[in-house]
Amino acid sequence: MEAVLFFAAAIGALGGAIGVVALRNPFYGVLALIVHLFSLAVLFLLLSSAFVAAAQVVVYAGAVMVLYAFVVAYVGGETEPIGDPIPGQKFLAPLLGAALFIELSIAVLGSSLQALDTHGPDVHAGFGDPAGIGRLLLERFLLPFEASSILLLLAAVGAVVLAARREPSEEAAGGSSEHSSEAPAERSEDPPAASFHAGGVPS
Amino acid sequence: MNIEWYVVLSSLLFAVGAMGILIRRSPIVILLCLELMLNAGNLALVAFSRMVGNQQGQVFAIVVMVVAACEVVVGLGLIVALFRRKLPLDVDALRELRG
Repeated sequence: MEAVLFFAAAIGALGGAIGVVALRNPFYGVLALIVHLFSLAVLFLLLSSAFVAAAQVVVYAGAVMVLYAFVVAYVGGETEPIGDPIPGQKFLAPLLGAALFIELSIAVLGSSLQALDTHGPDVHAGFGDPAGIGRLLLERFLLPFEASSILLLLAAVGAVVLAARREPSEEAAGGSSEHSSEAPAERSEDPPAASFHAGGVPS
Repeated sequence: MNIEWYVVLSSLLFAVGAMGILIRRSPIVILLCLELMLNAGNLALVAFSRMVGNQQGQVFAIVVMVVAACEVVVGLGLIVALFRRKLPLDVDALRELRG
């Protein structure tokens, strides 16, 4: 039963990953990544780590992927042009990927980890449940926990700064270098006058 | 299932993600492939945590998820900023910083 679940989830994860790489529309890539993340959550459950699986589904497949879907819908998921800028890129990249896989497998399987071909030791019933993870996170790993929360705050502030909508006058001043310096000032003067005029008409 | 199956699957997923970064040109898809690589690392962490029999690797996997969320937020902010400035969304066309 466990083997069946493992192979089903592994095929789902691998298929999702290949779908992300191969599908040319970014929106389908996002959907393939959601399949991949759900399969990984099943694998985490098989490794008896329930909390990480739940966080994977809620945080990743829920929140992060919604963010991706919004950005793809905003930017417009145009398909990439065919043709590789570096000659032979489409052949070299799978070759290098296969070499990386073989190298990683040799590195892991050739290591002297004795427990690698076992199921792992028998664990108690509460292994990987939220209580245990939370106790570890808030007692032993309190400093990394706080550091990651500060990192998250910084990333949120940085994203707001990066993606914030510029003021129209600033956009006009920064965007057009070939115009004379008079033109942006005139354009920024225009909207208040127009609104004043429009406001004046009904009265 | 033995732990080595999980580890080999994780290295396979990592290689697929790295291959995607080499092949694709859209920055959104490159971010998606980065997610693949980070998740492969997560799978290896959880598998090794099961192999050793304590939960510290799972805490590390959760920290990796936080870092991945930060990377996504900043990367998508950059993509939206590129789109606002009407720059091409193609990593081969954006070569002002190349020496």
